[in-house]
Amino acid sequence: MSPRRIDAVSVFSNIDWFTVFLYVIMVAAGVISIYAASYDFDDAAILDFNEFSGKQARWIALGFFIGFVILLIDTRMYETYAYPIYILVLVVLFITPFIAPNIKGSHSWLKFGPVSLQPAEFAKFATALALAKLLSAYNFVLTASWKNLMKAVGIIMAPVVLILLQKETGSALTFMALFFVLYREGMNGLILFGALFAVIIFVVTLKFTGSAVMGIPVGQFWILITIMAVIVIMLFIYNRRFSIVRNVLAWFAGTGLILGILSLCGVELPGMALMLTVIAVAVGYILFEALRAHSNRLLVPVLTAVFGVVFMFSVNLAFNFLQPHQQQRINVVLGVEEDLRGAGYNVNQSKIAIGSGGLTGKGFLNGTQTKLKYVPEQHTDFIFCTIGEEEGFWGSMLVVALFLALILRVVHIAERQPTTFGRVYAYCVASYLIFHFAINIGMVIGLCPVIGIPLPFFSYGGSSLWGFTILLFILLRIDASRKSVMSY
Amino acid sequence: MRKDYNLEKRKYVIVGFLLVIAAIYGWRLFDLQINDDRYKERADTNAFLKKTQYPSRGLMYDRNGELVVYNQPAYDVMLIPRDVTEFDTADFCSTLNITREELDKRFADMKDKRKNPGYSSYSPQALLTHLSAKEYGRFQEKLYRYPGFFIQKRVLRQYNYQAAANVLGNIREVNAKDVERDPYYQAGDYTGDLGIEHSYEQYLRGHKGVEILIRDVHGRIQGRYENGAQDVQAVSGRDLRLSLDIKLQAYAESLMVGKRGAVVAIEPSTGEILCLVSAPTYKPSMLVGRERGKNYHALVNDPSKPLFDRALLGSYPPGSTFKPTQGLIFLQEHIITPGTTYPCHRGYVNAGLRVGCHGHASPLSLKPALETSCNAYFCWGLKNMLDRTSKYGSTGNAFEVWKKHLVSMGYGYKLGVDLPNEGRGFIPNEKFYNKRYGEGHWSANTIISVSIGQGEILATPMQIANLAATIANRGWFITPHVVKAIADTIMPGDLLKRRVPTIDPSYYTTIAEGMRMAVTGGTCRRAAFTDVEVAGKTGTAQNPHGRDHSAFMGFAPYNNPKIAVAVYVENAGFGAAFGVPIGSLVMEKYLNGEISPARKGMEQSMMTTSVSYEPKKD
Repeated sequence: MSPRRIDAVSVFSNIDWFTVFLYVIMVAAGVISIYAASYDFDDAAILDFNEFSGKQARWIALGFFIGFVILLIDTRMYETYAYPIYILVLVVLFITPFIAPNIKGSHSWLKFGPVSLQPAEFAKFATALALAKLLSAYNFVLTASWKNLMKAVGIIMAPVVLILLQKETGSALTFMALFFVLYREGMNGLILFGALFAVIIFVVTLKFTGSAVMGIPVGQFWILITIMAVIVIMLFIYNRRFSIVRNVLAWFAGTGLILGILSLCGVELPGMALMLTVIAVAVGYILFEALRAHSNRLLVPVLTAVFGVVFMFSVNLAFNFLQPHQQQRINVVLGVEEDLRGAGYNVNQSKIAIGSGGLTGKGFLNGTQTKLKYVPEQHTDFIFCTIGEEEGFWGSMLVVALFLALILRVVHIAERQPTTFGRVYAYCVASYLIFHFAINIGMVIGLCPVIGIPLPFFSYGGSSLWGFTILLFILLRIDASRKSVMSY
Repeated sequence: MRKDYNLEKRKYVIVGFLLVIAAIYGWRLFDLQINDDRYKERADTNAFLKKTQYPSRGLMYDRNGELVVYNQPAYDVMLIPRDVTEFDTADFCSTLNITREELDKRFADMKDKRKNPGYSSYSPQALLTHLSAKEYGRFQEKLYRYPGFFIQKRVLRQYNYQAAANVLGNIREVNAKDVERDPYYQAGDYTGDLGIEHSYEQYLRGHKGVEILIRDVHGRIQGRYENGAQDVQAVSGRDLRLSLDIKLQAYAESLMVGKRGAVVAIEPSTGEILCLVSAPTYKPSMLVGRERGKNYHALVNDPSKPLFDRALLGSYPPGSTFKPTQGLIFLQEHIITPGTTYPCHRGYVNAGLRVGCHGHASPLSLKPALETSCNAYFCWGLKNMLDRTSKYGSTGNAFEVWKKHLVSMGYGYKLGVDLPNEGRGFIPNEKFYNKRYGEGHWSANTIISVSIGQGEILATPMQIANLAATIANRGWFITPHVVKAIADTIMPGDLLKRRVPTIDPSYYTTIAEGMRMAVTGGTCRRAAFTDVEVAGKTGTAQNPHGRDHSAFMGFAPYNNPKIAVAVYVENAGFGAAFGVPIGSLVMEKYLNGEISPARKGMEQSMMTTSVSYEPKKD
């Protein structure tokens, strides 16, 4: 049974106005921030749009129009033309580096008269449609075979490769977010978890080498603590026998308490050896229980712990084998080295900008860091700086809250979709937003490596704004017609 | 279409992941924006170039309106470390006339956080100070070759009279301690050192101004912050009107050439210090500019200790200048009346103890005792006082009463002069002697020499001069001070309040008469000069370290006194030898404006006679 055709009026009555409301708030806050970021102390009267904010306002106006048009198009069109759209975008991505001019080493901009667009931003919705189409295909079960999983991964990786060819590493990495979707749709969580855990161990081990806790570099200390926590959580998940969890938890808590008190009393401890011993004893115990109960599931925490510890040490070891200049490059990307004139400069100035905002900020248009161009790319990737400096902690937290609200709303929308297509597509939107939110703000506040990706709806730039607008309004359109689709 | 409820739970993992990230970011933002103040500061140093505007330091005029201390421009080479790029050090050194080693040392000192706690690569730092106008000119021309460097105009002190170095003090660069103590100062600033420059620093220094310029990432000045609305204009320091008569000061210093000691003159009715001489002294201009360090070092190492202000810090046995205080105490305590006589047979003889005296009539009353500076009289007075247990209960109690009177007269404690270093002298108390001799093991005879200003008694020349002023006023004094007015504000009240010792003013007349007699027919005859009635008291203080010290204390005119003076010359013998002539010359100069021809010889001899301080060869 096919969905009933609905008219435009019912689309607008069924639309998720809360999401639209958040969208409008965010783009409005964005254009104001851009105005502040590119405001010049000398010329410019208040509320006279300067170059960037004026252009952004036009992008937004056109964005509303695009969104409106999208809402008028029948939902089935997206499903039907998902692959053609995807293929078309891939072709554009492929030819882009050949015809795009060189802008700061990247060949990712296509010029259409007065406007330049980045096809990579439009690949987001196309890939989401294609992935939704694949996963919602009749009889397609992601976990049924490796082949199916590879098909999905292929859809994700094709744009990544093409965008890497344009030397836009940041944009390419955003597609990795779609692995969240595969996880939601049944991919073994350990794959996602393992990858995430490896990235965290890699970054934390190399980035936080400074102070020491019990003689262990602080990053490695927290990794070991995290491994312990993961062991306990995994025992909860993979084992029904409460006694094992209790014993391990008691062992960790007891030894932790003793070591903590000793180190607080100023006793010098061979911390690394002690913590490894504590973990090894726990692992040995779980292994023993696993063999006794013939439980393969109990092996998961054991392998995770061993993998984590071994990976942590090998990261360190491998790093020490690298040439100094290679080490430096990694350090700079991770923000370890205070290369204040080079790559570290942006992050340092951005931290100064945000940090100097204080609780309530310096006030609209009063930010000195951003006005005097200390923070580069402040109207694009580093737009969050302007907010942090001028609106302070409350302003920054408001932006964080807006993103939380939007993403949670999208997840909520996703879970209420009657179709796999709708759900997968919605999760794609949520995943992109999570990735951009986490990486962009993390980079600006100096927690993540500097990967140049914009803050959705806030950063200056038509491609990003339109890309996310299309992404979001297709979702709204799909969601608006969910009631006309019969579940079967 | 199937719905897998097991998989639906996975949304919680995704949402949980998002929430954890949001929580971490929230914590991080809190840490950056609220917990840590450094970022605010760094944003300001980034964006604002704060150019300090140095105020001109307050000038100093003497009591007659003579300009004593004024300012002259000087130039400091400043730099903002992070703006400095590679530069031609050889050319730099030759332009500024320094060696490469000096330059390196200057840079190292500048970056040394211990020596320069205010160091920051973002803020202006002083590299070289006190350029001459010529060096300034040369460097100014080449400044464009040295990005990050600039020249800061400052002021140096200049002196119209090479006198009163100990009173005026000087200025020096602030050190790490100053910067820590008072946030007003930044490295490279100047502050008063010693003397008035130090004690009146907060009035003299004025308020630094600041011009806030906005600087972009390339170091280009974008204009004035809020069009200068936040700028602070420098406020000039306030001028001081000193009580000092700079010409009298210079004259007294010339009389003290070749000697060690002090001359203090006070206007009794106001407590204003007319001159405050510590000899040997030095030229105030020695401690100015780039030579300061070297000269300062030399002065510190000079065995005659010119930096030690003997007038305020020197603790000397007051000798016979102390006797008027004894007369006053005995009168007040009814130990004697002006008519009471004591015998003196070439000294005080009692219980096998003998304090020598010189030949004069015996027995004698208080006034002749002051006139002839009779030792025995005051020994008997003290003995009678301390032995009067019927009145005081014990010798110790009597001694405490005695001490209390002296303290009220300004002895034993700081007077509160408005200069940074003042000594307190020493007046022992009962406990002191109990500790030294054991309780009950001392009597009047044990300590009898305190009655003639010997023994344990120590006083500063300032305290002796203050006594002269008190007697001149017949019973009160005002805390001596060197600054008469700050700009147009006359000195604060507590300095001008009359302080009345615990002696009835009526007793002072007898003492003053005795001191007058000393000049007309006693030990102070050389103090007399034309047209003015002088009163005085000599002092010849024995000391364990060598020849007697020569001291004098006096005031004039006898009625309606205008000047009270104390002179103390170390190891110069009889009071009449140096103390009296110098004291009287200072009074004559001040009162008459010139020295009468008859006394020119004495003046000449004082100016040219030196006292030898070579260690005796035994």
